[in-house]
Amino acid sequence: MNSHVAHHFDDAEQQFDSATLGMWIFLVTEVMFFGGLLAGYTVYRFQYPEAFVFGSQHLGVEIFGIETGYWLGAINTGVLLLSSLLVALSVHAAQVGNRRAIVRNLLITIVLGLVFLGIKAVEYQYKFAHHEVPGQHFKMEIPLDSGVQAGHVEIFFGYYFALTGLHAFHMVIGIVLVGMVVWQAHRGVYSAEYFTPVEIVGLYWHFVDIVWVFLFPLLYLIT
Amino acid sequence: MHAPITSPRTYLAVFVMLVVLLVLSVLATTIEHGAWNLIAGLMIAIVKATLIVLIFMNARHANATTRAYVLAGFVWLVILLVIIMTDYGTRSWPTAVGASHSLTESP
Repeated sequence: MNSHVAHHFDDAEQQFDSATLGMWIFLVTEVMFFGGLLAGYTVYRFQYPEAFVFGSQHLGVEIFGIETGYWLGAINTGVLLLSSLLVALSVHAAQVGNRRAIVRNLLITIVLGLVFLGIKAVEYQYKFAHHEVPGQHFKMEIPLDSGVQAGHVEIFFGYYFALTGLHAFHMVIGIVLVGMVVWQAHRGVYSAEYFTPVEIVGLYWHFVDIVWVFLFPLLYLIT
Repeated sequence: MHAPITSPRTYLAVFVMLVVLLVLSVLATTIEHGAWNLIAGLMIAIVKATLIVLIFMNARHANATTRAYVLAGFVWLVILLVIIMTDYGTRSWPTAVGASHSLTESP
């Protein structure tokens, strides 16, 4: 029989199902992890709505004189959606035993992940340079008649950096995990009978994508 | 291995739907403002997340135990958000008559 099935499982299918269940349970804890930050965000968004609108409108980065508004966030969302498609296709490739396709699709996924992080780096760099980081040097030009307080806008930016920073940290971990799976796939470790790491790393990647799917409208699209 | 294999064409179709929803969410900001913008944005995000969970993450073919945990994650998040917003949302409500004595004060 299959040598990769551990003795305490009835069969390979049960072993695979228990691995995916384990990853799902971990992802549920991650939902609560991000959920805590989102709960704080929710409280302050309803407490200081105008400040959050103001902060969201000023998330844009100026590149070559063009104000990008929410476009970098939108492009990043598209990048991650595409990467999720490629991860799903790589799982399919594993299911049919296509080693080359697993490697190719996951390598593209890593590139897309790095593109995402690169765009975030551009955004962060701009904000550091323009004193939009909460703390000692935070400075925001607010029209006097708008009723918006700088301290409240600072709270918005605090949540922006906390949420996207935690998300970026998860992206880095995801890229490392995908890299490990690519290496194993390249070495021929996987087959149509055994590809569990592809599946569960895929689940992790999709989750990180879902988090961003919520962060984009909550941070970039407040009007 | 066991569960039905989803075809690449289905994955591609879902991806196209996700991109359309992304475009919609951006368009919504040019149309809706204020509370409706938040509702529209969240509903679109929830639809996208549901598509990703059910099809990309294969939850539609998962066994009942796994599906229960998937549901549980979002149930607990809703509990967190509902109770915390009930707390903050009612902070400005006046306290009940007769309940204004502190514990250290004599009545």
